[in-house]
Amino acid sequence: MWRARSAAKQVWPRLAAVLALVAVWQLVYQTGFFDHVVLPSPLQVWGSLRANVADGSIPRAAEASLIRLLIGFAVSVAAGTLAGLAMVASQFIERSFGSLIIGLQSLPSIAWLPLAILWFGLNETAVLFVVVIGSFPSVTLATVNSLRQVPPLLERAGRTLGAKGWRLYRTVIFPAAVPGYVGGLQQGWAFAWRSLMAGELIASGALGLGQLMNASRENLDTPEVLAVMVVIVAIGMIVDLAVFGAFDRRIRTRRGLAVAG
Amino acid sequence: MRPAVTGPDLRLEPSPQAGTAPAKVSLRNVARTYRSARGGKVSACTDVTFDVAPGEFVCLLGPSGCGKSTLLNIIAGLDRPDRGEVLIDGRPVSGPGPDRAVLFQEPALFPWMSVAANVDFALGLAGVPKTERRDRRMFWLGKVHLSRFADAQPHELSGGMRQRAALARALACEPDVLLADEPFAALDAQTREILQRELQRVWVETGKTFVFVTHNVREAAFLADRVLLMSAPPGTLVEEQRITAPRPREFDDPLLAKVVSDVHRHLIKEVEKVVAREIGG
Ligand SMILES: Nc1ncnc2c1ncn2[C@@H]1O[C@H](COP(=O)(O)OP(=O)(O)OP(=O)(O)O)[C@@H](O)[C@H]1O
Ligand SMILES: [Mg+2]
Repeated sequence: MWRARSAAKQVWPRLAAVLALVAVWQLVYQTGFFDHVVLPSPLQVWGSLRANVADGSIPRAAEASLIRLLIGFAVSVAAGTLAGLAMVASQFIERSFGSLIIGLQSLPSIAWLPLAILWFGLNETAVLFVVVIGSFPSVTLATVNSLRQVPPLLERAGRTLGAKGWRLYRTVIFPAAVPGYVGGLQQGWAFAWRSLMAGELIASGALGLGQLMNASRENLDTPEVLAVMVVIVAIGMIVDLAVFGAFDRRIRTRRGLAVAG
Repeated sequence: MRPAVTGPDLRLEPSPQAGTAPAKVSLRNVARTYRSARGGKVSACTDVTFDVAPGEFVCLLGPSGCGKSTLLNIIAGLDRPDRGEVLIDGRPVSGPGPDRAVLFQEPALFPWMSVAANVDFALGLAGVPKTERRDRRMFWLGKVHLSRFADAQPHELSGGMRQRAALARALACEPDVLLADEPFAALDAQTREILQRELQRVWVETGKTFVFVTHNVREAAFLADRVLLMSAPPGTLVEEQRITAPRPREFDDPLLAKVVSDVHRHLIKEVEKVVAREIGG
């Protein structure tokens, strides 16, 4: 009961925002200010969305994109976490590599694509490379920051109870760092998704949502372009809310921390 | 070094156990200097020497900044002295160990574990086999009246209950020595009094050796066999008062009232030195 009500509390404001957006869109459409080829109505987009789902083109493209994303995200979680741990373990690595990572974050990941295409060719690997380089810095920084912010008191308590070395890390320091780390994963996921879409739009050789959108653009099928955009936003939001958001809320509720949203 | 006698009504007596039983905890000329953030040096405590007999309850009292927490951390093995040494049963301390448990000012329970899991975690580290942990945990949670809250998360407890849970976690490992750094300072007056009574009862029942840091003279008089008073920083021992009132003690015990006013007078002298120094320079 409580669970259902809290889920409703999560969903309702978002639904209201979407409805408001659709209403404004319909109004602008009806004024006729924009050519209807350029700005189709919400209903047309909905029709296109249903048709593309029914004939399997959106599900196939979404599946291809998601698999790519999962591979890229898994690589960046592994690489980012290892890099973060190395930075915590060694001051030298933190000073050298750490500043590079911060610099890296100011470069939009898509700016790596030309180089990636030169290195790997116009293929899957180039897009994956962009996904990884776009998302692993946030995982790295989250790893470092979440470990730094572990309350010294908990570490001291663990040590006085007899935990030391690897065991202290495994049983006290890592668990204490989990909330911050999950926040970093969530951010990394968002970056990965954006980088993937950018990569797929430009290097549109392989099946995926980006490629589908490019094909629609070439056919001047504006409703289809918008339908794919809706799918991209929906997937991004659902994963953010249902996977990371839910996990984050569970951890925070369990520990009595403030629950956002 | 023996603390100097400076007050007429404070008598220095040798510990009754001195020479008969070896000390449980012994500090020999312990000194600790910190490097401050601006590069200077801060002497936290110097030349601190005292013994704690097995089963004795010692309170460390002194003005703020005189190095009480520093000393406790050194005994716990969380920090190292620059000079001098700390012996437990005659052996030098080389780090934290299961023979010494620490109660911090904050309860320091792990927020991702239930109360029961917190105790079990400590038991696991102390090498208690899984099959015995449940009974041990229930026994100690019962001792601090938290049996009903074994499955609660720490944040669901009140401040006093959390500190009791931390006490159960510390006691469950059956350490020889309990080190406490103002464990009740953050609690309201009523809760504090309840916990002081419970601690007294637990101490009488278990006979653990206690080194208990506090700011509160009444608390020290109520709990301690012996109160050690530290000077204005850099802290060293200046007074020692033995309290022979029988247990269980009551807060309105007239014997204690005299102790409180004596110790208080000496503490104020040290506090005034700190204040004078701060105003003067
Ligand atoms: N990690 C540290 N780095 C630098 N200086 C420190 C550190 N820990 C303590 N000090 C200094 O050492 C002195 C003693 O500190 P300590 O915490 O032991 O005092 P205390 O007697 O416990 O005080 P209080 O009663 O306020 O808790 C203080 O001047 C403090 O500034
Ligand atoms: Mg202190």
